[in-house]
Amino acid sequence: MVLGSVFAILFYLAAIILVTGVAARVTRYARTPAPLVIPTTPAPLTRTGVAARMAREVVFFESLFKGSKWTWLFGWLFHFGMLVALARHLRYFTEPVWWWVAMIQWIGIYAGMAMFAGLTGLWARRLLVDRVRYISAPSDHLMLLLLLAIAGSGLVMKYVQHTDIVSLKAFTLGLLTLDWQPLPADGALLVHLSLVITLILIFPFSKLLHAPGVFFSPTRNMRDTPRENRHVAPWARDLPGAGPDRS
Amino acid sequence: MLKIEFETPPLGELLVTPPVQPDAMAHSRPFVAKPEHQQGLGFPGELVDNWQDVALEKMDELLGKYRSLPVFLDSCVKCGACTDKCHYYLGTGDPKNMPVARQDLLRKVYRRYFTLAGKWFPRLVGAVELSEDVINDWYSYYHQCSECRRCSVYCPFGIDTAEITMAGREILASIGVGQKYSNEIIGKVHIIGNNLGLPEPALANTLEGLEEEVEEDINVPVKFPLDQHGAEVLLVTPSADFFAEPHVDGLIGYAKVFHQAGISWTLSSYASEAANFGIFIGNYENMQKVAQRIRQAAIDLGVKRIVVGECGHAWRVAYSFWNTLIGPFDFLDPAYPAPQHICEFTYDLLQGGALKLDTEANDDKVVTFHDSCNVSRGSRLGNVPGGQFTIPRELIRSACSHFVDMAPETIHEHTFCCGGGGGLLTDDLIELRVKGALPRAQALQQVIEQHGVTHMAAICAICKSQFSKVLPYYGMEMDMIISVHQLIGDALVFDSEH
Repeated sequence: MVLGSVFAILFYLAAIILVTGVAARVTRYARTPAPLVIPTTPAPLTRTGVAARMAREVVFFESLFKGSKWTWLFGWLFHFGMLVALARHLRYFTEPVWWWVAMIQWIGIYAGMAMFAGLTGLWARRLLVDRVRYISAPSDHLMLLLLLAIAGSGLVMKYVQHTDIVSLKAFTLGLLTLDWQPLPADGALLVHLSLVITLILIFPFSKLLHAPGVFFSPTRNMRDTPRENRHVAPWARDLPGAGPDRS
Repeated sequence: MLKIEFETPPLGELLVTPPVQPDAMAHSRPFVAKPEHQQGLGFPGELVDNWQDVALEKMDELLGKYRSLPVFLDSCVKCGACTDKCHYYLGTGDPKNMPVARQDLLRKVYRRYFTLAGKWFPRLVGAVELSEDVINDWYSYYHQCSECRRCSVYCPFGIDTAEITMAGREILASIGVGQKYSNEIIGKVHIIGNNLGLPEPALANTLEGLEEEVEEDINVPVKFPLDQHGAEVLLVTPSADFFAEPHVDGLIGYAKVFHQAGISWTLSSYASEAANFGIFIGNYENMQKVAQRIRQAAIDLGVKRIVVGECGHAWRVAYSFWNTLIGPFDFLDPAYPAPQHICEFTYDLLQGGALKLDTEANDDKVVTFHDSCNVSRGSRLGNVPGGQFTIPRELIRSACSHFVDMAPETIHEHTFCCGGGGGLLTDDLIELRVKGALPRAQALQQVIEQHGVTHMAAICAICKSQFSKVLPYYGMEMDMIISVHQLIGDALVFDSEH
């Protein structure tokens, strides 16, 4: 029960830090004006067009596809593998399990493998391509190691060291209902959960901020309508050059 | 006398990514602005004593004024997609010319002072103190970026290194280390009204000379009006158009179009410059002040429309920023876009059947088109996205029979900077300019060999000056580069000929 309580506390702490940390950054982004119209053109003229551009960016990694086919392939495998694998994990948080979550259980395993493969490819590039090696800080390697270890320890539980998923589900459901339950003391599971907590904790302080960041990127979320619409930032309204009556 | 020794890179195959060669361009630095160049722009004359504090304060200020900065500095995941996209990296192999590494010069300081990770674990995340070495790197490498935005096309988060470079330059200027070339020029615009410091009598004289020359040449009384009150159109064009080759042939082209269309127009001696180097140094106030002259001239002259000549960054400022900086243009005729590009203007006339072009005049040429970076990725022409690519090509095709495009990965949104944009068109950076022109020179060489291309047209004064200077380094003729409106002007059929 001690183990269950320790991990429960860690999960709550991590969740609080994730939510407040990301909220603080997002608030910062949202409050900081974009004082000039700077979409990378050709750019959409309408809000619908911008939404479509953003959707293509977030779902298909459109710009990255133009930039580097290998990075695109590995990056997409990793992200969408992770997304499906995460969706698969919903079975630990729902009772009864949602029908579509039950349906994707088998795909989730392959998704986990895709995630692992994608991360391996990304790390290979980071180590082997001289340009990418040059721009990598220790944290860039560690981030990949962390994600690989998360995916790896997950797959280990599927294929090597099974864990007691009935007790695990009692624990996770307990987290949601504030009714703490014991956690199975399996090595792979504890490693997996510890690493996930670490990832959640560093999210708001690391490059993982690219996830909310992309939505605030002015080169991607602005319309190309500068001749039709003025875009004066609050701080620019009072500049001497702004002239009279032209806010 | 300035003498810089370097080797022109071999042309080789198109877009081969060079291996990383650390510090290959660490020696490249433009001249530092003198105190008088700095002070006229509102910056300290020389390096201030407490430069670290001032720089960090400035960084803090900019982080609060430009959303692009915190978003771009936080979001980069070091994926490497941009690493082989910068023409300066391709031409030099210096890893700090990879867009992400250029951003990192600022990012590592940002992380050290403005993020928890960098304050607690600087080594882990590559954060460093703001030292003299860092400032030196900033000065060197923020003047090896032409703010062309090519990297932003390929970044999965749209990170635009131009925004980082502009912030870097603004911080440098604010601690007293501005760049001579850009700041001296902005000073001239503030005082005299154009980049060249060309006063009104000299301008009037030049324009009279052009009138005589054109009339002698084609026997049509094409006018080059200056300060004509009540004209329909105010034309603002880069001052290089008044005298530099091949720019002036473009200006003659505009004048012929105005003449044939029967639309009255005028230049302004007060605002005799479309260029706005305020964008290059990333300073909003200077950019606004430079732009303000044009608004004032338009009001004083009572014009109904403002048309902007062939100039890349000027068009970005005019199209994307003017309305915000100096708008609204409610005193102009709402029937036309404000401002309007000379290519849009001519294209509309052609569409409306107001102009007749005879391609025979250009039959001796096989023409290709160099998309200028600021027009391609920082603005638009016409009503639909991508008009900046189609309209100039339509114009060229209307004026000559032989047109071919360069390799697809080097045109449209993928276009390469000429190597001299962003405030780098200065002789103290000639090595950088030559090496940065490599990708474009490679693509041009390819169409010369495959299609016998004789001329490359452009709609940017900087591109034209840069190519005239650097193409000879690659064994090409300096007069290959021409204005789009030179082709138009030469092909234009005047009524008097019928």
